[in-house]
Amino acid sequence: MAPRIGVVTFPGSLDDSDALRAVRRAGAEAVSLWHGSADLQDVDAVILPGGFSYGDYLRCGAISRFSPVMGEVVRAAGAGMPVLGICNGFQILCEAHLLPGALIRNDVRTFVCVDQDLRVETASTAWTADFTAGQEITIVLKNGEGGYVADEETLDRLEGEGRVVFRYRNGNPNGSRRDIAGISNERGNVVGLMPHPEHNVDPLTGPTTDGVPFFTSVLSFLAAKV
Amino acid sequence: MARVVVDVMPKPEILDPQGKAVTGALSRLGFSGISVRQGKRFELEVEGELTDSRLDDIRHAAETLLANTVIESFDVRVETAEVHG
Repeated sequence: MAPRIGVVTFPGSLDDSDALRAVRRAGAEAVSLWHGSADLQDVDAVILPGGFSYGDYLRCGAISRFSPVMGEVVRAAGAGMPVLGICNGFQILCEAHLLPGALIRNDVRTFVCVDQDLRVETASTAWTADFTAGQEITIVLKNGEGGYVADEETLDRLEGEGRVVFRYRNGNPNGSRRDIAGISNERGNVVGLMPHPEHNVDPLTGPTTDGVPFFTSVLSFLAAKV
Repeated sequence: MARVVVDVMPKPEILDPQGKAVTGALSRLGFSGISVRQGKRFELEVEGELTDSRLDDIRHAAETLLANTVIESFDVRVETAEVHG
């Protein structure tokens, strides 16, 4: 049976449909999850999609973090379930303290929407196993608050433990510290990044299909676990 | 009813693009020599007597939701101990 991968819809989520579609294209069963329900419907992995959950009120992700579904996501992540936070999903993971640091307004003070060059720094996560470390990819980036910040000690720890998963190449689009585009937790099951791999799974709608391995990686990870 | 004000500010070492934008706009308007950092002010109307433990609750609320202490600092102060309607 194909693994079940859930995508949470919050009020204000925008990219949940694309994430569900990317999951299906990778060969998994896509399951819609609702922010107001604490039922994860026996999924094997969870994706928190991009958008502007709760209107980005207060801070991006600050209110979503306390939604009923997130209590379960935090618990499942602690038990090793793969969780991917894309853009707003990354912001939610940071607010929920599943990942360290925070995302602040872009230093360029404008919304940025580009095909962004990235380097995959590690393949040792549930969501990057089908890449090779050092691989260069291009994924669409679109956000207003994508500047990754953390204190120096945290940044050193992330680098030292190989938890910087993606770095911006050919220019830093938003002022992120140390060009960080994505990070993972200690176990590597929780990954957050600002770029949107779910938009890069179809040659019809993007310059690359570099997003596909994100979704096949988690299937490899889940298959290896069984 | 008491009014408690919670001020939330980006920490000094955190870039404040909004404050920078406001600083630039002020300068263009001729208000020179002014540097701005922008934060948030929350006004909390609190029912009942404002005891020390109630204030501790409010500090906890500020730390839990109103501020993200990774990037922001906050300050809780009682503006009006009692508001008579």
